[in-house]
Amino acid sequence: MANNKTIHEPLLHIVKRDNISIAKKISIYAIAILVSLLLGGIICSIVSPRGNVGKFFTSLYEGCFGTKRKTWLFFQEFSLLLAVSMALIVSFKMKFWNLGANGQILMGGLASIACSYYLGGKINESLLIVLCVLSSMLAGAIWAVIPAICKALWNTNETLFTLMLNYIASGLVNLFIAIWVTGGSGILNPLAYGKLPEIYNKYLLIVLFGIIITIIITIYLRYTKHGYEISVVGDSPNTARYIGINVKKVIIRTLILSGIICGIVGLLLTSGMSNNISADKAGNRGFTAIMTTWLANCNPLFAIATCGLVVFITKGMEMVRPTFGMLDDTISNLVIGIVYFFIIACAFFVQYKIVFNAKTTAILNKIATPFIWVYDKIKLGVLFIIEKIKPIFNKIVKKENTEKEDK
Amino acid sequence: MVSLLASAIGFMPFFLFGCTGEIITEKSGHLNLGIPGIICAGGAGGCLAVSIYMNSINGATPNYILLILISIIGAFLLAGLLGSIYAFLTVSLKCNQNISGLALTTFGTGLTQFVMKNFVDINDISTASTLFKLNLPFANSLGWFGEIFLSHGILVYIATAIAIITAYVLNKTKIGLHLRAVGENPAAADAVGIKVDRYKYLAILIGSGIAGLAGCFFILDYIQGGYDSYYIMESLGWLSIALVIFTLWKPNFAIVGSIIFGALYILPNANIVASITTQTAIKKVIELIPYIVTILVLLFISISGSKKAQPPASLGVNYFREER
Repeated sequence: MANNKTIHEPLLHIVKRDNISIAKKISIYAIAILVSLLLGGIICSIVSPRGNVGKFFTSLYEGCFGTKRKTWLFFQEFSLLLAVSMALIVSFKMKFWNLGANGQILMGGLASIACSYYLGGKINESLLIVLCVLSSMLAGAIWAVIPAICKALWNTNETLFTLMLNYIASGLVNLFIAIWVTGGSGILNPLAYGKLPEIYNKYLLIVLFGIIITIIITIYLRYTKHGYEISVVGDSPNTARYIGINVKKVIIRTLILSGIICGIVGLLLTSGMSNNISADKAGNRGFTAIMTTWLANCNPLFAIATCGLVVFITKGMEMVRPTFGMLDDTISNLVIGIVYFFIIACAFFVQYKIVFNAKTTAILNKIATPFIWVYDKIKLGVLFIIEKIKPIFNKIVKKENTEKEDK
Repeated sequence: MVSLLASAIGFMPFFLFGCTGEIITEKSGHLNLGIPGIICAGGAGGCLAVSIYMNSINGATPNYILLILISIIGAFLLAGLLGSIYAFLTVSLKCNQNISGLALTTFGTGLTQFVMKNFVDINDISTASTLFKLNLPFANSLGWFGEIFLSHGILVYIATAIAIITAYVLNKTKIGLHLRAVGENPAAADAVGIKVDRYKYLAILIGSGIAGLAGCFFILDYIQGGYDSYYIMESLGWLSIALVIFTLWKPNFAIVGSIIFGALYILPNANIVASITTQTAIKKVIELIPYIVTILVLLFISISGSKKAQPPASLGVNYFREER
């Protein structure tokens, strides 16, 4: 025992959690999102004398659901981001880091606009639209399958490959605009032909696409042989090879699917909206979807929540800016960045827990005594709420568990 | 040709700072995709420091050495601050590196514009940038040699010096050996008593700080104070990550690589191209070359499978001591 004095015991150490209840997981995430938004609100109120934290939250809400048009816009953006996330989920689940959704979207859009530009007016309009759809799917698929083939054949690093393809795609868009626009303005005017038809209003088609693609991918990943193969290849390529899955084929096939979805998103963004194209048409949705997909842990149902959250903040910030008297969009990137950091950091608290040594624990206990009383009261409240919403989540958990047992 | 080479070297520091910073970070086993955001933040930090300094001297003639020093420190600090966020997330909290980096890029571009629009006075920047452009007085009298090598602002030489020092430290010193060990096999490094987390933190902080100087160069020296330059910086930032692969993780090669990439960046607007063609479409094709070259190098490395040209073995994998 005498030796104990010389042994240096670290202040704290980190232990991997075996298991974490779904309620605890959700409360960790909820607290993080609230704290980060609160921080964003505080920053905005400091910068601008016009607003306060309360106003920050109300204008966030108003920016998304304030008017009927804004609500439609919210759901349109939500569906687009959700569709791109679905495209990424299939490839991320396979541990293929497809960072090139931006480029795939742009190529899809470019192909569709090129069809309208060269064939518009020369052939039947409905035939043209069919050609637009097919070409955008093909272009997106090609842009995704190039890195996939290289990965499958030579194990080329796909992270940087797809990243570079993004910039080549935007360069190609600039190139074609330079060819098509002779005036020197550098902006392509909306084309007269090849615009997608509207259903009910101009938003519904996109919203429907988002819903359908989400359902399809959820079913594809959970209940089909292909989906099962994707998760096996992602977990362990060696196991996959051993049980006779053709890994190369799975990689290429999955990325074709991923590219097709991105291509259609590109079609919707160009032919489905303003019927022209510019290099920033993808609106960075490819990168945003990477975040939402990762935060959703590659689960299509969770992706609905993360996409909703991110779109809620981006759309809401568009309202916060005028309310707070800020003219540029600088502050929205700042707030979204903070929210990202907090949610990313959550992954740590979900996977690990911190254990303090005896000495620190004693000191911490002393400091914490007054707080524990407050904490207990809050905990009672939170537990009450959790009890109320538990049945809903039990359903999801059951599904997850049965799926795991199947494997 | 001389003017092309001169302007290529004139733009070299942007890629060289970014590339050297990323090499140091990657040698510790961390792929920092937040470099574009960090570069932007470095630019904002440099401008902020210049603005504060110019305010404090209240219109007097700024001191050359002091101004350069202050802006470099400012860029280093703000970029290092962002790097520390990344380091905390990936080293201490063991979060996914790709995602943390991308979030950092979003945050960094937002922060940059925010700082630039609210705290920086454009007049200060243009005064300061004339000092940054200052070169040796006898450079023009030395003919082509002077134009190519001596007609640049001080950051060109600082960038080259940093790259050479980095190459020396990485390959010839004990610290470099330890850092490479941490990047190749952190568990083995830990077992022989190297403080893995400390090395990772320091590598990420110093690497981010150096990358931040790229932004400082871009705003203060190259375009001399554009407010909306963050988009260009971001897309060029990705190229400097690509350059790390192009140079096979060697800071020495990075000097040559940066000049090549600098030339490719300058080429569409250079006189040589303008004398051959005036079509914008051709320019747009030339702008694509750096990205295509990077992809070809990626393919070449993976197909050849050469052992010397591989990334650090544990690149992208976080180290958790209790998981072996």
